[in-house]
Amino acid sequence: MAVPVINPAGAADAAPAPDGRRAGRAARLRSVRYIVRRLGFYACAAWIAVTLNFLIPRLMPGDPASALIAQMQQKQALSGDQVASIYRLFGTPGEPLWNQYVTYLGQVAHFDFGISVAYYPTPVWEVIRTGLPWTIGLVGLTAILSFLIGTAAGVVSGSRVGSRFDSVVTPASMFLGSLPYFWVALLLVMAFGVQLGWLPIGGGYDGDLVPSFSGPFLASVVSHGILPALTMVVSSLGGWLVGMRNMMVTTVSEDYVLLARAKGLSKGRVMFQYAARNAVLPSVAGFALTIGTVVSGQLLVEIVFAYPGVGYLLYQAVSSVDYPLMQALFLNVSLSVLAANFLADSVYGLIDPRARETRS
Amino acid sequence: MKLPGNPKVRIGICVFAFFALVALVGPYVVQNLMGLSPSDVHTADAMQGPSGAHPLGTTATGEDVLAQLVVGSRVSLLVGLVAGLVTTALSVLVGVAGGYLGGRADSVLTVLTNICLVIPGMPLLIIIASYVQGRGGWLTVALIIGLTAWPWGARQKRAQTLSLRHRDFVTAAEMTGESRWGVITRELIPSLAPIISVSFLGAVVGSMFADAGLSFIGLGNINITSWGSMLYWAQNGSALTRGAWWWFVPPGACIAVIGVAAGLINFGIDEISNPRLRKPPKKVRDRAEAAKLRRRTEERAEPATAPKAQEATS
Repeated sequence: MAVPVINPAGAADAAPAPDGRRAGRAARLRSVRYIVRRLGFYACAAWIAVTLNFLIPRLMPGDPASALIAQMQQKQALSGDQVASIYRLFGTPGEPLWNQYVTYLGQVAHFDFGISVAYYPTPVWEVIRTGLPWTIGLVGLTAILSFLIGTAAGVVSGSRVGSRFDSVVTPASMFLGSLPYFWVALLLVMAFGVQLGWLPIGGGYDGDLVPSFSGPFLASVVSHGILPALTMVVSSLGGWLVGMRNMMVTTVSEDYVLLARAKGLSKGRVMFQYAARNAVLPSVAGFALTIGTVVSGQLLVEIVFAYPGVGYLLYQAVSSVDYPLMQALFLNVSLSVLAANFLADSVYGLIDPRARETRS
Repeated sequence: MKLPGNPKVRIGICVFAFFALVALVGPYVVQNLMGLSPSDVHTADAMQGPSGAHPLGTTATGEDVLAQLVVGSRVSLLVGLVAGLVTTALSVLVGVAGGYLGGRADSVLTVLTNICLVIPGMPLLIIIASYVQGRGGWLTVALIIGLTAWPWGARQKRAQTLSLRHRDFVTAAEMTGESRWGVITRELIPSLAPIISVSFLGAVVGSMFADAGLSFIGLGNINITSWGSMLYWAQNGSALTRGAWWWFVPPGACIAVIGVAAGLINFGIDEISNPRLRKPPKKVRDRAEAAKLRRRTEERAEPATAPKAQEATS
């Protein structure tokens, strides 16, 4: 009993036709071509992100490099190397833009983003390296959790519009999804952190503990992560739910779903194994595009919780006018988002052969 | 103009109208009729909870929260409107032009849109805003938001334009010698008007969220009273740990209510265009309920014949 296959390429893969091997090779070739095309697109996007990062300080009025050097000299004398590095990153007045661009690219390729003002005199890359794992861990976990929960709830509410579940959960999740992320974070801190005192109100772990893979430290990481994770899941769940619900509504009236029902299969099986498998494709395709939005929201949530990820670093950079840190953060966040996008796109290409057919 | 029949859309539009009204006349009412000031410092009444004199309490420096909320609505809505206009104009231009022209122009515009879509907006916004350092006031913030927020809309409008591209009225306009620009402005944009106006609403709300987020981390202009700057000062005045919920709940709640209203309108329009998403009308539900009840009472009345009755109904 095969689940309906909607793609001709997949059918050719499975069918033991005489020319099956050739069809299989063609399909593989198509997936390789798809991956290469996506890779090209994201390489292009990465190049634009780097170039934006190069252009922004140079398009701004005034001379950020000299201002920055003056600001740092107040704290401590800079070496000649450090001054040169700042000029390379933020613009040397008088030098042709093209030459500046080439030296800039060389510097970025070596992960040399200059010295942080806020964490003087730590190099920017060292600062960012401490924040990246926290953010990537939290974003990865919450994005996948909210996708899974939201989609599953969407299957249930979309399989019977107007049911009790649908008329409670759909408006509620839509309501939660319309709230600003950081305000939800403030409310949760207020309720569970300050009033009830159940969970810590900020930070990534207990300040008395030394980071290590010990039980107490990991427990403290988990308890500090609950509220930020809850904020992210609660606020991004609604989009997945509504999207899946609306797709399910159209899918359940398809003939193959009717057939499955007529065969007397259990309701859960019909919904999850037949209807949902096809209805979920637009959600999976959209997953890549939401990563940027989720990361943007996460940055603000981290600030509310003083969570030691890149969002909080960005806040530190903004409040102490630390341009080197800020710029490097923008670059690293953008490149990480692009990498995540590429990963999500590749997964989508794997599960939906139609994506490989069309040009993008 | 007639209001659409869908109750969700109606409620959403009423909420927007209410806030527009508050932004227009509210500051006058609060300052001149109720005698509250958003900026007068009274250290004696600092951090007071809601009371008769201060309906929404006071801040850490004794400013009245209600007055700030009402006066701040004007700036928040203005930023939203201007940024929403810029966003919508750019997205219509890129999306409709790409969808209509097709060919190489479309490929270039599509790649550009997709690239701007995958580069995360908030960090870019933060960087540009921190270089600008509040120069130019709320207008600059609105422009920056508008310049970074257009790709979503452009994608959607391109898809819609593609579906109109080969309709008869477009071909007819081309036959009569209408220029490309003429077809776009006189034929395509008017027929996309409903979609454009809905996405404008979404852009306004999105921009208000972005503005609040920027102000919340101390960018934009925190010395002008707006909902975002209220949240910034509340966070900095440790309203959270001191339990001053009346300080940070109202501005966030206003943003949230506007967000929910936009969500309602979107949802309602989905329901109008796709009847399957609607709950069955009340008449149908009542009839189903009555049938169920009748079956149950019949079963109870004649337990012996119940299986037969069920057979008959099923």
